[in-house]
Amino acid sequence: MKIIVPIKRVIDYNVKPRVKSDGTGVDLANVKMSMNPFDEIAAEEAIRLKEKGVATEIVAISVGPAKAQETLRTALAMGADRAILVQTDDEVEPLAVAKILKGIADEEQPGLVILGKQAIDDDSNQTGQMLAALTGRPQGTFASEVTVEGDSVTVKREVDGGFETVKLSLPAIVTTDLRLNEPRYASLPNIMKAKSKPLATKAPADYGVDITPRLKTLKVSEPPVRQAGIKVADVDALVAKIKELGIA
Amino acid sequence: MNTLVWVEHDNASVKDATLAAVTAASQLGDVTALVAGAGCDAAAQAAAQIAGVSKVLKADDAAYANALAENVAPLVAGLMASYDAFVAPATSNGKNIAPRVAALLDVMQVSDILSVEGPKTFTRPTYAGNAIATVESTDAKLVVTVRGTAFAKAAATGGSASVEAASGAGDAGLSSYIGSEIAKSERPELTSAKVIVSGGRALKDADTFQQVILPLADKLGAAVGASRAAVDAGYVPNDYQVGQTGKIVAPEVYIAVGISGAIQHLAGMKDSKTIIAINKDEDAPIFQVADVGLVADLFNAVPELASKL
Repeated sequence: MKIIVPIKRVIDYNVKPRVKSDGTGVDLANVKMSMNPFDEIAAEEAIRLKEKGVATEIVAISVGPAKAQETLRTALAMGADRAILVQTDDEVEPLAVAKILKGIADEEQPGLVILGKQAIDDDSNQTGQMLAALTGRPQGTFASEVTVEGDSVTVKREVDGGFETVKLSLPAIVTTDLRLNEPRYASLPNIMKAKSKPLATKAPADYGVDITPRLKTLKVSEPPVRQAGIKVADVDALVAKIKELGIA
Repeated sequence: MNTLVWVEHDNASVKDATLAAVTAASQLGDVTALVAGAGCDAAAQAAAQIAGVSKVLKADDAAYANALAENVAPLVAGLMASYDAFVAPATSNGKNIAPRVAALLDVMQVSDILSVEGPKTFTRPTYAGNAIATVESTDAKLVVTVRGTAFAKAAATGGSASVEAASGAGDAGLSSYIGSEIAKSERPELTSAKVIVSGGRALKDADTFQQVILPLADKLGAAVGASRAAVDAGYVPNDYQVGQTGKIVAPEVYIAVGISGAIQHLAGMKDSKTIIAINKDEDAPIFQVADVGLVADLFNAVPELASKL
């Protein structure tokens, strides 16, 4: 079975994003970029399925600028077999990404597509569900456990209040939540090996997808700042404050 | 504008997250509530009582019992022929279903809206709440999910909508529901609690977390939450997590115990009315957002606090 792992190059999760002073977006110039953490978990899950003998080939995909090649090389160093970069410098919304991924899925015929539940830049949480709709396949979102058996996959999902388990017929789309696994670090020999793994470059037009945004961003601003309050000296003073609030 | 609101329910009653979605939808236009389930008549009757709902559509079918997106999304997409906007609460069901509906309608969804700024204009959080984007949809129809803490709850009673039956294709034959493990608790639910006591990594381990946090939560009748660090360390189950990737909460009073205040966590609780922080590190970022701070060793301060309340 082939697994497709779509990944996104995003601002590193340790970097505090700064809103540009002209309100047009977030300043990404000279900012450290990394693989979206949820996608790293997706890559790890695919690699584990290959190590278990469930998957035979892992194809990492990214839609983004030329520099997303670096992110794909990271996936290759972790253990993906080959990569496809659908190159564009334009902003691509989840719906357009899902359409491009459908084009790739039609060609590659994967048994599973595993991707992050959301990217930590736009926080949309849409691409996996949209891809599932466009391909007419089932979706196991917010996965914390993935088990492939025969022609189905059982997905334990993180939902409000606990967990839910669903069984999906393959092919299927799975989106990862935080606790699915702990991604490995690529070893130096594997980073060297990844340099010679195949990486194809395509364009959105190769899949007949119009990536014109449907949402116009009118403004990007800093969230309202909360003012720091007071510090109390001891527990007795805190008890008095809590009593003032009328909750005890 | 005619809106169709996804009702979050357990077949018998309507979940609170629905009420915020109704408020958001009311700001766009007329509200029809969709109750999809199996044996969901009581939920449909409850939805009809919500102030501001003018009609309830009840899709009662075994295929809709567990809100499987594969079955429910085509139902919604079909009904959307008569509506301009699909509005869902940003619950795990809403987040699972709405994008599938959006793609079926060839619409780019607006996720997790914080406010309605115009007929097709919304604000929404990006970068874990560090940047608020104002976006305008150019699609013919709208699909939005609603952050529950950003909108007032519509009154659960006072309405008298009619209930009509609706139907869709039923079981798509792609997926089946196996089961759930939902934590049973005597405590109020995190997302609707008036008071929350949350613990961080400083609580050391699962036993200590219980011994320190629970007595204080009991005294205040509070829900119990945790930072991602505490969840990742295994002190408490994942559904306790408050933060951008966990639950978004906005209680009357939020008490952060041994939580440093990572951006991730602040994004999930900074809309709380009053924030109280107890931390031994006086430079912890949590104090920058706290209304009342106490710099103290939590292992002494919290038991003393619980005993004095």
